[in-house]
Parts: sequence; C-alpha cells; structure tokens
Amino acid sequence: MYKKTLFVLIGLLFTVSAFAAKNNNSIQIKGSDTMVNLGQAWAEKYMEENSGDFVAVTGGGSGTGLSSLISGTCDIAMSSRNIKDKEITLAKQKGIDPFEIKIALDGLAVVVNPANPVSKLTLDQLSGIFTGKISNWKEVGGSNQKIVVLSREVNSGTHVYFKEHVLRKLDPNSKEEFAPGALLLSSSQAIADEVAGNSSAIGYYGMGYISSKQKHIDVAQNEKSAYINPNIENVISGKYPISRPLFLYTNGQPQGLIKKFVDYTLSKEGQGIVIKTDFVPIK
Amino acid sequence: MRKFKEFIIQKLILICGLASIFFVILIFLFLTKEGLAVFKSVTPVNFIFGKSWYPISEPAQLGILPLILGSLMVTLGAAIISIPIGVACAVYIAEIAPLKIKEILKAGIELLAAIPSVVLGFIGMVTLVPWVKSTFHLPTGLTALSGSIILAFMAMPTIVSVAEDALYSVPKSYKEGAFALGATHWQTIYRVLLPAASSGIVAAVMLGIGRVIGETMAVMMITGNAAVIPQSILVPVRTLTATIAAEMGEAVVGSEHYFALFAIGIVLFIMSFIINVTADLFLHKRK
Repeated sequence: MYKKTLFVLIGLLFTVSAFAAKNNNSIQIKGSDTMVNLGQAWAEKYMEENSGDFVAVTGGGSGTGLSSLISGTCDIAMSSRNIKDKEITLAKQKGIDPFEIKIALDGLAVVVNPANPVSKLTLDQLSGIFTGKISNWKEVGGSNQKIVVLSREVNSGTHVYFKEHVLRKLDPNSKEEFAPGALLLSSSQAIADEVAGNSSAIGYYGMGYISSKQKHIDVAQNEKSAYINPNIENVISGKYPISRPLFLYTNGQPQGLIKKFVDYTLSKEGQGIVIKTDFVPIK
Repeated sequence: MRKFKEFIIQKLILICGLASIFFVILIFLFLTKEGLAVFKSVTPVNFIFGKSWYPISEPAQLGILPLILGSLMVTLGAAIISIPIGVACAVYIAEIAPLKIKEILKAGIELLAAIPSVVLGFIGMVTLVPWVKSTFHLPTGLTALSGSIILAFMAMPTIVSVAEDALYSVPKSYKEGAFALGATHWQTIYRVLLPAASSGIVAAVMLGIGRVIGETMAVMMITGNAAVIPQSILVPVRTLTATIAAEMGEAVVGSEHYFALFAIGIVLFIMSFIINVTADLFLHKRK
C-alpha cells in the first residue's frame, strides 16, 4: 500500500516538474508584422541549437505587441517604433518596466506598379502624395492617372513611422495626416498584392517585402540631393532617408532564458539572420 | 424523490433559459460603461457627426460619420442586390420548382450559408475586386460595391429560407380561391401570395440585413477601409465593424481610442437592435 502511494507520488512529482520545466523553457514573442519573418527565423535557428527551449513568434503589429507586453501576455515585444510615453505610463501602472533593445535597422521601401513610369520622388513629393495634396500621377511626371494611396492600418508601427518621418518630416508641430481617401490595408502582403495588380497604386513596406512584382522608388531628401536606392548599403551608411531602427522590448533587463535569446539575436549568427531576411544589422 | 428530481431539472432549465438574458445584460452594461467614457473627451454630437477619424493623432479626432455612412452604404448596396434575388428565389422554391429541383436548391442555399465569411472575403479579394476595377474603370477595385456583392451572398440564405417559410404558411385556400376566380399562376403569386406573406418577407429581409451590418471579416478585406464620406458606391469605404476589428489591437487599454471603439460598439448594437426589433414586430403581426 505504502509502495503504491510512493509510486504515485513520485509519478506526480515527475509530471509536475515536467510541466514546470516546459513553462520555464518557453518564450512568447509578439508584435511588429514587419519583424515577424525575422523573429521566426531567429526562433527556428535558436530552437535548433537549444533543443528543449521553445520560442513562439506571432505578429499583429507593434502596438499589439507592446500592449501584450504591458498586459503580461508575452515575454518579448517586437516593435518597429519607439514605445510611446503613454504606453510607458500605463506599463508602470501595471508593474511592468519596458526595457528597450535595438536589434536591427530597416529601410522602408516606397513601391509602385512596374508599369508606372515614375521611378524617383523627393520626400516633399511623397508627403504630398500620401497626404492627398498631389492626387494625379502627372503632377510628379507620370501618366494622367489618379493616385491610389495605400497605407497600413493604424495598429502598424510602419504606419506611425511613415507618418512621422515622411508626412510630417519629423516636425513635432506638423498636423499632416494620411489622406482620408487612403486605403488602409491590414498587412504588408496585402499592400504588395494591391500594388502588383494596380497600375496607379503607391504603397510602402519594409525592404524585406520587395519583389519583382513591384517597383521600388528612389527617394531624395530634397530636390537638390541625389535619389537613393533602398538597399542595405545605403541604409547602413544612412544615405537612404526613410530607414528606422527595430526594437525588442522586455520587462526589465532581460534575464535567464529571455537574456539567452536576446543575446543570440545580437550575436554574429543572429545578425547574420538579420541580413538574410533583408534587414540591416546594427553590428 | 421523483418530485425532487423534477424540481432540480426544472430549475436547471430555468437557469439556462435566463442565462442568455443575463449575458446580454452583462455585455450591454460593460459596453455602456466602457463606451460612454469617450464622451468625457468628445461630445456625442461631435462623435456621431464628426467628419474625420484619426484616432491615434495628437489630439485624436474621433468623428464616426464616415464610418456610419460606410456601413450604411455597404448594407444598402447588399440589400438592393440580395432582396430581389432572395425573394424571387423563395417564390421559385415555394411555388414553382418541381420537387427534385427544390431539394437541390435548398441544399445549395444551405451550403452557401455554411461558407465562412473569411473565405468569401478571400475569394472576393482575388476574383471580384479585379473585376470591379476593370469593369467600372476605377482606380481601385476595393470599393463599397465589392463589399455589397459579397455581403449579398451572405444575406441571401437567410432571406430565402425565412421568406420561403412565410410563403408556405399562406393558407392553401387563398391560392385555390385565386385560381377559381380565373387568375393565372403569376397573378396569384404577386396579387395574392406575396401580399399575404408580406410581413414574413419583411422579417426575412430585416434578418438578412441584420447579418450584413454586423459582418466584419469579409468587409475588412475588400472595402479598402478608407475613412471618407462616400460620394458613390464605387469608392472605398470603412465600416464600423472593420474599424473595431482593425484597431482593437493597437488601442491602449483605458485610452480615448479604446473608449471610442467601445462607443462604436454601442452604435452598432443600437443599429442591429433596431433592425431585429423591426423584424420581430413584422413576424408577430403575421401571427
């Protein structure tokens, strides 16, 4: 009788420790759609090398990731924008202390249909197009066609970044907004598809999404400066005007397993994956 | 003992019956509590009649008129397409079709009702959107019309099955009377059967529209989601439902934006409540 009880108890102990171990070895990562491919590539490689550890990566947008970090439903938030003051205040209220780690750079490519004759624009022209002041392609040297402006939804870090850096040109007092007629699409892939099928569309997304079905636009700071192609060298050298840092956010200084993963992303191998997924490494 | 059992079962069933009402009240209270908070920062008039929706700007502009009109535009379009087809289909099934065709048609309509909305949205995005763009020579095919057409497909099964029931329940003597007076089949249908079943048909239409106005996924995928006041059915629109679905993830809990999304929820709740009550009134009138 005693023996049986003992067996059962030992069995229970094993199951409990197995469950506990499983929880300790898993990381939930959530956030920026731009970074989902990168996050997944990291997770796969990392899990290959550290069997037993489990990393789950999901998208949803930078805002989504940060609000799940704040509500405690993920361990690491991926974000393509800085955390807002409002979000920090809210996090503090919930006992979360967001810690920022810069892990890569991203160039935002502005893309049009390959049939569109326009292949270069200045930041001013881009601002005009996306705010709706320029509404016909002939105003920027194209054919007589109405411009269809495509943007990401407001939950996207890319949307916020583009508004602040291109539409408002980093002027904190600027009140520029996306044209009310801009189509808000829910993913970068949706923008890529619409641009590929629509000769009058213009959209933007992370460089990683560039393919032969869309044509990227060379961008100049102003009329006098050179038009720069969005590629890795130009983003590293800082010549390409629309590039941004990408971040991971954790609750406090990363520790234990989370630290192990963050260190991996910053290692030589992790940064190699950054290049492979068409982003720009910081080291 | 048997009596006791009976008593327990009775009370259990009573609790189950009350549960749904209880949940509705809870949901409504929660919605009101969260939604009304937005009126601390924007007046109800400015909220409902405001023309611009820029929820994440500083200061945020929270006017939902373009969203309300977007929802109404898509719903109206879907109603115009689905009502004549749906009612005609019901008349055909109830009155004209031979038994075999009737069975096939009914199975087909049930299948249509079973297609998940995200699948319809996806099919619409790949097939309908390019078609709308090239047929009407538009700059983009992501328009209210595309949304209306897809939603018409979703409203049709409801309209057909409820309208068909209404036509069946018209007493046989009406029809026989009409024939006896020398009316043709068509005359009987549109002078006798349709008027006799009219309240049921109106209820069918209302239930169909109720489904359309609450639909989210398909609409979000194919209407373009631009928050402008629509001037025609051939422009992109943003609906109330798509706005909530697309922005809920971003809204910081407890922010103006978050409360505004709940307030949109209240507006939607009121709209579909009115539609359901109208449908109910017509159904009861029939009885």
